[in-house]
Amino acid sequence: MKAVITIVGQDQVGIVAMVSGVLAANGVNVLNINQNILDGFFNMLMISDISQSKVSLKELQQILNEKGQAIGLQIKVQHEDIFRIMHRI
Amino acid sequence: MLTIQEILETNRMIEENKLDVRTITLGISLQDCAHPDLKIFCQNIYDKITREAQHLVRTGEDIEAEYGIPIINKRISVTPIAIAAGSCRTDSYVPVAQAMDAAAKAVGVNFIGGFSALVDKGYTNGAKILIQSIPEALALTERVCSSVNLASTKSGINMDCVREMGLIIKRAAELTRDRDALGCAKLVVFANAPQDNPFMAGAFHGIGEPETVINVGVSGPGVVKCALEEVKGQDFSAIAETIKKTAFKITRVGQLVAQEASRRMGVPFGIIDLSLAPTPAVGDSVAHILEEMGLESCGAPGTTAALALLNDAVKKGGLMASSHVGGLSGAFIPVSEDAGMIAAVECGSLTLEKLEAMTCVCSVGLDMIAVPGDTSAATISGIIADEAAIGMINNKTTAVRIIPVPGKKVGDWVEFGGLLGHSPILKVNTFKNDDFIARGGRIPAPIRGLTN
Repeated sequence: MKAVITIVGQDQVGIVAMVSGVLAANGVNVLNINQNILDGFFNMLMISDISQSKVSLKELQQILNEKGQAIGLQIKVQHEDIFRIMHRI
Repeated sequence: MLTIQEILETNRMIEENKLDVRTITLGISLQDCAHPDLKIFCQNIYDKITREAQHLVRTGEDIEAEYGIPIINKRISVTPIAIAAGSCRTDSYVPVAQAMDAAAKAVGVNFIGGFSALVDKGYTNGAKILIQSIPEALALTERVCSSVNLASTKSGINMDCVREMGLIIKRAAELTRDRDALGCAKLVVFANAPQDNPFMAGAFHGIGEPETVINVGVSGPGVVKCALEEVKGQDFSAIAETIKKTAFKITRVGQLVAQEASRRMGVPFGIIDLSLAPTPAVGDSVAHILEEMGLESCGAPGTTAALALLNDAVKKGGLMASSHVGGLSGAFIPVSEDAGMIAAVECGSLTLEKLEAMTCVCSVGLDMIAVPGDTSAATISGIIADEAAIGMINNKTTAVRIIPVPGKKVGDWVEFGGLLGHSPILKVNTFKNDDFIARGGRIPAPIRGLTN
């Protein structure tokens, strides 16, 4: 099962390290990363494989939410199917 | 692999354009709850509803969290009580409504529909008791919704019930006058009522439905409005194409949610209702879609054509996105629940008569219309008869949800709160129709009903 992780917020040192650290610690494999800075705002999309994850999707949401909020980032973790069903027939 | 643009587009629809799933509605048959003793019947329905729906709210919340798509309402529809309670030895079904209300509260749903009767050809004993119980039932409960189907293309219009419903609506308004006649906001009068509609206040679990069923209503007026901003100045073919593509995407989300809810609860999937359901929130208005097509204000000449195009394109786009489509499926035009409609009434561009014309081409009818408190029962019955005639002749659903607010007159405002919104009081034609309504009987089924 794949999850799409969206990270938005003020750019700062260590965002990628923090998020990928959480993912690695929980056995989540990153498949694709796209990241840019727009007007000082950090935007990152990660597609990851959570089939070997040690925690459920909801727990992963909770961990990333808490870590993100602590440094002013909005982090969403969504099941890939919401995008797939809308854009693929 | 998904592209960034696709992911961003979906999340923009959800976050900025208020794309949501409006409701997951669990239909529950109460046909096996029948008992001559009213108390035992009420216990039976309470037990069955709370048993079947115990995981509904949690399932909805889980899906909402995992996919990141808001699911605004979780609701329940039940077998029309006039049928389910038909064998009870009683002269009032108010305790049944109270049992439904208690069950809805116990499982955490915000509305439960099905305090209903189907009387398009005539009354059963149960239907008579039910209709007489409506005003008190709506006054004494919080979450129960009621509906009466009094006309159909196959059976004609039950004009005895049309007359009675004028009086019932007035009585419901009177009994809830301290809450701006809120009782009437939970009461719908139908022609050709669908058996699988997931939307309130008109939802009930039809008699041809399975034991339990999941029906899902999608929404997303804001998404359509935003898509139309991209085709400014282009012709109507471009508008129709844009709406179709958008409706397809919206409906696919509904299909995903419905399939997941069905799988997780072990309840069969019924239908997706392809509707554009507005809310009073800014950016969630059907009227603003019509205005985006080039109308200064909803109600201006051209509004009915714009609505016809919108309604048709939503169906064409949504149809291919779902395995089963049903319910009302079309654009809703509830006045008090749509910021654009409210503004249009306030500035004088939208009148009751124009709304009636619009109901000929969209999915429902005169919906959430607040009128002066001194509007007579016969006038309300006349409005119901007109809407029923539109539904009957055009082989479509029409409905009336009208609220004569005691003590209020044209120009005053009424506040229902929450999703039910707020509205100025609309002007009503006050020329008398008492002799017309007093006739009673049945308007025969039209030639269009003889299709065999």
